Parts: sequence; C-alpha cells; structure tokens
Amino acid sequence: MSKPKVGFYWCASCGGCEEAVVDLAEDVLKVVEAVDIAFWPVALDFKRADVAAMADGEMAVCFVNGAVRTSEQEEMARLMRLKSQLIIAFGSCSHMGGIPGLANMTDCETLLRRVYQEVPSVANPDCILPQERCEVPQGSLTLPALHDTVSSLDQMIPVDYYLPGCPPPVKLIKDAVSAILQGAMPPKGSVLAPDVAMCTGCPRKDSKPEKLLVSAFKRPHEIQIDPAKCLLEQGLLCMGPVTRSGCDAACVEGNMPCTGCLGPTGRVRDFGAKALSAVASIADATEESKIAGVLDKIVDPVGTFYRYSLPTSILHKRNRHEGNGAH
Amino acid sequence: MPDQFEPKIVAFFCNWCTYLAADLAGTSRLKYAPNIRVVRLMCSGRVDPQFVLDAFAKGADGVLIGGCHPGDCHYQEGNYKALRRAHLLRTVLREMGIEDDRFRLEWISASEGDKVRTVVNDMVAKVRALGPLHLAAKPTPQVVAAHAHSITAAAVVGGA
Ligand code: SF4
Ligand code: SF4
Ligand code: FES
Repeated sequence: MSKPKVGFYWCASCGGCEEAVVDLAEDVLKVVEAVDIAFWPVALDFKRADVAAMADGEMAVCFVNGAVRTSEQEEMARLMRLKSQLIIAFGSCSHMGGIPGLANMTDCETLLRRVYQEVPSVANPDCILPQERCEVPQGSLTLPALHDTVSSLDQMIPVDYYLPGCPPPVKLIKDAVSAILQGAMPPKGSVLAPDVAMCTGCPRKDSKPEKLLVSAFKRPHEIQIDPAKCLLEQGLLCMGPVTRSGCDAACVEGNMPCTGCLGPTGRVRDFGAKALSAVASIADATEESKIAGVLDKIVDPVGTFYRYSLPTSILHKRNRHEGNGAH
Repeated sequence: MPDQFEPKIVAFFCNWCTYLAADLAGTSRLKYAPNIRVVRLMCSGRVDPQFVLDAFAKGADGVLIGGCHPGDCHYQEGNYKALRRAHLLRTVLREMGIEDDRFRLEWISASEGDKVRTVVNDMVAKVRALGPLHLAAKPTPQVVAAHAHSITAAAVVGGA
C-alpha cells in the first residue's frame, strides 16, 4: 500500500507553526516514515504547479497555517481544499485569524501608509507603496492583492479539524498525527485539544481563591511576579478561565499569564466577550467611577481580549461606517 | 421625503424590575416609541456580552439593558456584575466603531413605568440621530461551502 500523501502550507503567519513541526524533533522521522510529504514549500522544493497537477483528493491531509490575507493565499487555500481529503487549520491564525487578524481594526490604506511611510524607522521620501502591478523595462511585475479583511481559514474554505495554539503544542500535533494515521478522528469540525478550561489543569489553581476580586490590573513588567500564586489573583490578565487546555499551561509555567492562544472552550462563541466578562466580573468595585478606575487601566482591551480571534469574533472587524447620520 | 429611520433596539430587561416596569408602562397606557424588542431575562447579570454583540451583528441599531437599582437585585449582585461588564464592553464597542449611544444600561424599578418611557424615547432619538448601524457581514459556513471549489471565482469571494 502506498503511503498517504501529506501537505503543509503557510498563509499569513510568522513561520512559528513551521517551526513547531520541526519541534517534533526525532519524532518527525516517524512521521516521514509513515507518510509521503507531497508539498511543503518551506522545507522542500515543490511548486504550485506540482499541486495543481495532482488528482482531486490525492493528498490525504493538508496542514494549513496562517490567516488568509491575500488573493494568492486564498487561491492556494482553495487549491489545497480541492487536492486534499482533509484540511487541518494549523495554529491560531488559521484557526481564528490570530495576530495578523488584529489588522481588522484598520483598513488597507491606513495599514500601508503606516508601514511604508509613518513608521519612524522607514525612509520612503517618494511615498512608494506596493502595487499589484508595476511596469519595468523588463515587463510587468505583479503582486497578490491584499484583501480588505483578514480571514481565518474556515472563512475561505471548509475546514475539517483545527489544531489550536500559537504554535500548536508538540503533544497536540503528535496526537493528531497518530489519530489520522490510525483513522481514529473525532467528529468533523472538532478542535483537536481537550475541551476544558486551562485553569482546570493549571499548577497554580489551588491558590486561586473561590471568590476572586481584583482592585488593580497590572502588566507583567510592572510587578515582581510570584511564581506560585494564581496570576489572575496577582492582577495579571491571565486568560486561563476562558482558554482551552492542551499546552500544559506553558506560559504559566514560564511565570507569564496565558494570552489565550488555544482559543476558547467549545461552548464559547466569542473568546473576547467571554474574557472581558470574566475580567470585568472580578473587578473589586461597585460604583461607576471606581469601576472605571479599575477597568480603564487595562491597556488595549481589544488587543488583549481578541489577541488571537478577532476575525472569528462576532463583530469580526472594526465598523468603518461611523457617524453615518440618518441616511 | 424618505421615511424617517426607525432604529431597531433590543432590550434585555430583568424579570423582577425593568420587565415589570415595562409591563406597568403598558397597562398605564404610557406611550413610548415602538422600536424596542424586549427580551426578558431573570437578571441583568445574566446578560452575557455575547448576547449584546450578537444583537448588533444580527441587525440591532442599539442595545438596552435594564435591571434593578443597586442594592435591589433579586440575586444580590447581578446588577453590579452587569455594571462592570457594561463598562468594559462599552470600551470595546467604542474601539470596534460602535458609538456609546447605541449601548445603554439603566436601573428601572418595577414602579418606574414612566422611566421606561423616557429612557426608551431618549435612546430611540439618539440612535435615530446616529443612523443605521451598517456592520459588515461575516462569511457564513454556507457561503464558504458554496464557494469551496471556485478557484477561478477566488477574487469574487475575497475583498471587502
Ligand atoms: S487564572 Fe491563570 S494562573 Fe490562575 S489558575 Fe487560571 S490559568 Fe492558572
Ligand atoms: S498558556 Fe495560554 S498563551 Fe500560553 S501556550 Fe498555553 S494557551 Fe497559549
Ligand atoms: S434581578 Fe433585577 S438586576 Fe438582578
């Protein structure tokens, strides 16, 4: 029997997810033994044409990381969908939009102006911005178009499973690979991680008081963090109560609050709304002005609560039709 | 003359105070703007911020939460929770481009039928002045599935 064909692809991502595959260390050899890697642009010399030449559904599974931001990424995602029996959204960006998804707080023009003109380290006196087409003596050069909105993978193509995390923890990758090889997959649409909140398995959970009240929220650099006490109790915005477990509380083990990269547990539809609800509920104040005093200290609430999930949140992008007046 | 814009306002009223007040306003024949759609919940503390976002995403131009006055919540602390959540949610809504006047929290006791009228009328006037909330639609799984294999139609489904 021939080995199942597997593909890896990256869209709008940082490269960390590709790194996570390498983090399998010597176990990667077992994977390579069991499967035939048919496409992996980062590591092996395959081109788009090689994929296009495959029969539909020829690959058994494709792991796609990164959000979808450009016309090229969209096209590649569609091509993968056509050529692969299973599509696995790999990592937070593919799963929920991720950090690149925070670009949904702005629009393309503002973004390009900022990056190519305003950033203090940029010198661009002629205000040259990337163009989709550019004529040079040798001919015309083209670049993929930037979409106005950043999308998660499942906002572009149907996705079969999600491997969460920024990047996905090695253990979850291994479990997923062996489940695929044994044909022991959960129902379609599942997130391949335990469906319980991070706090449940957190080494500090016993120090988390039953009734938690916080009178001042702080950022990690502002305090000396106690390595044994619940981080939320210390006033740090730990997303443990709303985040799915599966990483063995990696950040908490490193004495840093969880930022929520594994996304929410199964019943939550909007990570940020749940997170802000959990945080606001423990603010130690009952009067409006005191409440403001506690909660207004939270720097960049959208970036904090929706750090990895803005495109898949209920509102999904900033409303750009403000003050539109009655008709 | 185009018709006047009639905002849709979703109102989450607690069972023990504001819902009764709205009822009282009705039986006392107090006239108020017909723009609100009332959802009765046991307590203002039951209003999950997801409900508010959902209401906006599904076409509400404004969302009103009504609960018992501080100290009067049937469940002791529900309205304090509501107040804290509303504060942080308002900050997030503002950042997301949804104006403050579209989201309001009011304490209205069972006997304050008249306050229901003034609050609703005032909110409707303010939201009417802001105009409709045009939130961009998010791709639904159905739309995604329908376009799954349309490689050539890529450009059509992308974009704004
Ligand atoms: S809030 Fe954070 S530190 Fe506290 S128990 Fe939960 S995961 Fe652990
Ligand atoms: S602790 Fe939180 S942020 Fe850190 S890896 Fe785990 S889920 Fe991600
Ligand atoms: S019961 Fe009315 S606010 Fe809690």
